[in-house]
Amino acid sequence: MKNLLLIAYLDLKESIRAKWFVVYSLVFGGLIALFFIAGVTESQVMGFSGLSRLLLMYIQITIVILPIFILVTTVRSISGDRDSHVLEYMLSFPISLKQYYWGKVIGRFVTVFLPVFFAMVIAVIYGAVKGAAIPWDIFFLYTGLLFAMSSAFLGIAFFISSFVKSSEVALGLSFFIWIFLLAFIDIALISLMMQERMSSGLIIFISLINPMEIFRVAAISLFDPELTVMGPVAFYILDSMSQTVFVLVSIFYPLFLGLIFAFLGYKIFEKKDLV
Amino acid sequence: MIKVTNLTKKFGSNISLDNVSCEFKKNESIALMGANGAGKTTLVRSIMGYYHPTGGEVLINGLNPIKNRLDVLEHISFVPQLPPPIKLSINELIEYISVSAKVDKNLMKHYANEMKLDINSNLHKSFFKLSGGMKQKLLIAISLAKKSNVIIYDEPTANLDPKARDDFYRLLKQNEEDKVLLFVTHRLEEVKDLVNRQIYMDLGKIVSDERF
Repeated sequence: MKNLLLIAYLDLKESIRAKWFVVYSLVFGGLIALFFIAGVTESQVMGFSGLSRLLLMYIQITIVILPIFILVTTVRSISGDRDSHVLEYMLSFPISLKQYYWGKVIGRFVTVFLPVFFAMVIAVIYGAVKGAAIPWDIFFLYTGLLFAMSSAFLGIAFFISSFVKSSEVALGLSFFIWIFLLAFIDIALISLMMQERMSSGLIIFISLINPMEIFRVAAISLFDPELTVMGPVAFYILDSMSQTVFVLVSIFYPLFLGLIFAFLGYKIFEKKDLV
Repeated sequence: MIKVTNLTKKFGSNISLDNVSCEFKKNESIALMGANGAGKTTLVRSIMGYYHPTGGEVLINGLNPIKNRLDVLEHISFVPQLPPPIKLSINELIEYISVSAKVDKNLMKHYANEMKLDINSNLHKSFFKLSGGMKQKLLIAISLAKKSNVIIYDEPTANLDPKARDDFYRLLKQNEEDKVLLFVTHRLEEVKDLVNRQIYMDLGKIVSDERF
């Protein structure tokens, strides 16, 4: 336990000093600042105004950039250490592979989640100072969704990192996974739906097992519980489960997915040659 | 202490170690030599438990270095040929080693001083920002402070100036008793006064093994 926390702590410290972390924090902090400067809280679009409007925009942008940030910065965590022979030296001390791997996972999770979370906290504090009503329910549910999405992509990144030999391949794979989940899968499913080769239910199911998609729909459902903006797809989802159950699934499914991938990554890390 | 039996390691179709058997006993100082690609590093990494053997086995004090990783590594010190670009500060690196391997921090600082490395004024500097020689001195200091039974040095003097080499040889002489010292080297003359056995490898096999 002591070693696990030590690894997590050292990884956290190392990440905080890294340039990517500064950029990462500036992007999410800057987004919130930009929204305030642009007067998003004063605007009204589709009935959403104030902090709710700001959080809605924040989450929509986060869907796109958070996964790629997590993948790119984390995927080199173990493969980069292996590449540069850091792993060879650090593992020459009696530290178990389990503690090393999971310590890295915990340290990296804190690093990627906190800036995104703090950006939201800053928005809420600034909004409160300006006298805006704080949508606490949306704030807490978004925190849950961000936590779950961070877990999912962190798990996928550690999974890739555990078996890829070089950092370049790891980065290439990250970009592919990101663009695949962000766009390719939707384009493929839309074309399948248009050709009516598969049942619509199956297509919607495939779409929703994509952690980015379920996050997107859950985020919409917080503002629009009937999912009216989504059209007929809303019937398939809300006929299968209530909105509350759907939001819970949206939080626990990516969390579970992340843990599964991280665990698979650990098994590969344990069974493969270490350097 | 270290027993390697019929060890074979393949990477794809490339045979890096071909049925290697050898034994290293207490008070032996071995120079492990051979051309590039002879299998020296693969042998060392197999001893450290980094590689899963394709065939055969390695035992350190009767223990398998993969299955009994923690027990085995407690007794091994390792200094790589090129110091890795560790981004931790020296203070953090010392903390990592002190907690994971229970090495006395003061002892690490003591050996660093003996190697003429001013560690106190560099404690908050990242390890990778130190000069090549300073990094090597620190890794040597750590390896000595760990008080292991087995010390493995891969080209340990590559980055050291003549004065630092003398300090290294002096400290090693003081700490060699009851240990196995394994030097991976291309230049026998550098460790000639320290070793009592020379192993030469080629194409994944041990081609000569002399004691003197």
